[in-house]
Amino acid sequence: MIRVLTSFFLILFTFAATPNLLKANEEHAAADTISPKKFNTGDLIFDHIRDSYEWHIATIGHTHLSIPLPVMVYSQHSGFHFFMSGKLHDVNGTYDGFKVASEGKYERKLVEVMPDGTVLRPWDFSITKNVTSLFVSLGLILSIFLSVAKRYRENFARAPKGIQSWIEPIVVFICDDIAKPSIGKEKYQRYLPFLLTVFFFIFINNLMGLVPFFPGGANLTGNISITLVLALFTFVITSFSGSRSYWVHMVNDPGIPLWLKLPIPLMPIVEIMGVFLKPFVLTIRLFANITAGHIVALGFYSLIFIFAEKSIFAGYGISVLSIAFTVFMGLLELLVAFIQAYVFTLLSALYIGLALEQHTGHE
Amino acid sequence: MMTLAVILQVAANAAIAKMGAGIGAGLAAIGAGIGIGRIGGSAVEAIARQPEAVGDIRSNMIVAAALIEGVAFFAIIICFLIFFL
Repeated sequence: MIRVLTSFFLILFTFAATPNLLKANEEHAAADTISPKKFNTGDLIFDHIRDSYEWHIATIGHTHLSIPLPVMVYSQHSGFHFFMSGKLHDVNGTYDGFKVASEGKYERKLVEVMPDGTVLRPWDFSITKNVTSLFVSLGLILSIFLSVAKRYRENFARAPKGIQSWIEPIVVFICDDIAKPSIGKEKYQRYLPFLLTVFFFIFINNLMGLVPFFPGGANLTGNISITLVLALFTFVITSFSGSRSYWVHMVNDPGIPLWLKLPIPLMPIVEIMGVFLKPFVLTIRLFANITAGHIVALGFYSLIFIFAEKSIFAGYGISVLSIAFTVFMGLLELLVAFIQAYVFTLLSALYIGLALEQHTGHE
Repeated sequence: MMTLAVILQVAANAAIAKMGAGIGAGLAAIGAGIGIGRIGGSAVEAIARQPEAVGDIRSNMIVAAALIEGVAFFAIIICFLIFFL
């Protein structure tokens, strides 16, 4: 089973990366030879941070090499459409009525142009760069963990070998230092799968975002939708495991004086706001940390090109300093990748533990 | 005279908003710097007093620093939104 999965994903990657599918955009080349392209730092940084309908690999001279990704949209008017995003570059107008809007409310998103000129945004299920990166990291995580689990199933009492030696200390760390102290010795095993999944998902996706070449380099955990979904998982699990005393104490805690509950229920309002605020904070923390780290690293890197615009020797000179800064930022980003995964998992465990607490001896 | 001031105010709104965003981001950085600096200072002092508790102190310091950074990033995101929305 693991071999099937691993080989499937390996075949997918090799197939996706063959030069046959690399699409060189000739229209961009034509426009660029007319006016020399000035280096735009903002564009470079935002192209690397944002999602897109194709995976840009390199720009050799004036041609862009990028892997086109499938576009799947469902529009109210013309039904289901499926095509490769390379078609969106072919004509300057629209393909099948769809184009990527260049300004307005739906900038950089796929819109459908109706015959009378209005633009509509269809239901967009496209496999964009972030979704592809999600599949890649999914394949990586599955292949690592299924092989480790197989080793445990077969020779349980043996010393760890291979990738097991890397995974086991981390799993033990999460179990002993995050789950057991926060949730308690009796019930932590129920929540351990969720905590482990969240930790390794965030950690591996953060690490893959730091790798500068394909298939890494897509800023997945810097996408606020992904972090929002992870925080929503924590919110749902916390709410569903909330004991009776958890909810009762939120509205009517016997320990606080009466004037905080009546006539204006101050403490209940604060507590209920907290229930919604905690997942929101989890979202923003992970998203902002990862995105800000990428922006700073890319900013240091583009110093070279900014200086090179002035004079080529300034570009060479600053490159030593810039590379040193970028390497330093990269190492800091490695630390941040681990710390953010750790903090997300720790806070989720803490919230679950708080929800599970049984206050005996109050009422 | 009054109308001139009002018109100038409206015209300068966009620029003042950007300046506000810049100042806000700077203040957020100052806040994070002060907070994490204090955490680091107390942590190092605690390690000096009891060197065998290095592991515990270090993990607590990192957790507290990550939480404070989260708050600072709130302010950064708001300033970002001012800039680009």
